[in-house]
Amino acid sequence: MNFLLALARDRAALAIEPGQEYLLSCRLAGVANQHKLASVEALVARLRMGRADALAQDTVDALTTNETSFFRDIHPYDALATQILPDLMARRRAARQLTIWCAACSSGQEPYSVAMTIRERVPELLTWRLRIIATDVSQAMVDRTRAGVFTQAEVNRGLPARMLTKYLSQQGTEWQVRPEVRGMIEVQRTNLVEPQPMTGCDLVLLRNVLIYFDAAGKRRVLDRVTRALAPDGLLMVGVSETLFDDRYDFRVVGRTYVYSPKGTAAAPALRGASQEKP
Amino acid sequence: MRALVIDDSKSMRLIVKRQLVTLGFDVVEAIHGRDGLAKLEADATIAVALVDWNMPEMNGLEFVQAVRADPRYQNLPMVMVTTEAESERVVQALDAGASEYVMKPFTPDDLRSKLELLALVP
Ligand SMILES: C[S@@+](CC[C@H](N)C(=O)[O-])C[C@H]1O[C@@H](n2cnc3c(N)ncnc32)[C@H](O)[C@@H]1O
Ligand SMILES: [Mg+2]
Repeated sequence: MNFLLALARDRAALAIEPGQEYLLSCRLAGVANQHKLASVEALVARLRMGRADALAQDTVDALTTNETSFFRDIHPYDALATQILPDLMARRRAARQLTIWCAACSSGQEPYSVAMTIRERVPELLTWRLRIIATDVSQAMVDRTRAGVFTQAEVNRGLPARMLTKYLSQQGTEWQVRPEVRGMIEVQRTNLVEPQPMTGCDLVLLRNVLIYFDAAGKRRVLDRVTRALAPDGLLMVGVSETLFDDRYDFRVVGRTYVYSPKGTAAAPALRGASQEKP
Repeated sequence: MRALVIDDSKSMRLIVKRQLVTLGFDVVEAIHGRDGLAKLEADATIAVALVDWNMPEMNGLEFVQAVRADPRYQNLPMVMVTTEAESERVVQALDAGASEYVMKPFTPDDLRSKLELLALVP
């Protein structure tokens, strides 16, 4: 088990508390089965031998929690449309270029919700050089995001019916995001604790992923994200998360917290935002 | 807040009602579209209708059309809750005036998320 805890920590930076190991066995039983291994013990033995890369990747995939939904918590998307994106655009008007990074995109609902929000509510951005980069540590999630195929159960949650019929097309019991929206997203596999290829991001969505890291892991991830962020870029975390990091200021936009590196131009640009907690 | 649940299946009404009560609604039930219109007429405090599609007497699509045609109910939020899962059906319901669409089977979180989109839950 210690070996698995270490793998979880090193490959996915997941902090699994002592006493939660049963979680690992449950999730890994499926992986063992899929690789025709007799048990979780056999799987661990194989992993210990090293060089079992597909197996290691599947193990990491099984250890990560991929819970997500379209327009999760809804308010952050209102904040994006009404204030965050307009403010960023005001500051980028000369270059007409904007980069948004969905770090930890899971199966893709988040980046596609961002893309649909832009199409519906901030269409001017479509005439800019807009990049929406979506990344996740799990290869399975990266593949799913790229495919943009969702089950009926997935489109039943959070996705406005009007957007469902406008931006997805039905294929049997599944729904696929239409090519014009899929084409807006660049998908890559990256591990947030390792150096990130992107730089100069104007907005990073780092939602509902920090909760899985211990304090040291959180710090490492924030280092990586800070380095990828433009000096006056903005950072959003999940609605139930608070960033306790003295390198960041925060503002409240509607019901959403938006963070910016301390002492940058970003903070005052969020007009009408308050420093008060609601 | 008061919700009207229209479904010809008693067990389905119970499922939807339970979920709505958990979200803080009180619930009025109707067994088909015509019954739904009567309940709506009788109770001006109804703030949202959850409407099955396939029902005797008056189906959900006809109900939605009838409600939207009435100037008193122009802004009443209506959510279709149905096994109909074809894209064309969703379009048809929206064109008729439905505000949102939930496909059966659904989870409490699914229903909640759609009510959230309509700003009916905090
Ligand atoms: C709960 S989901 C959140 C998805 C989405 N951001 C949202 O808020 O709905 C967490 C995601 O973080 C990913 N993840 C976990 N550890 C990671 C790491 N070290 N690097 C990148 N992604 C990671 C998981 O694979 C999973 O898809
Ligand atoms: Mg029925």
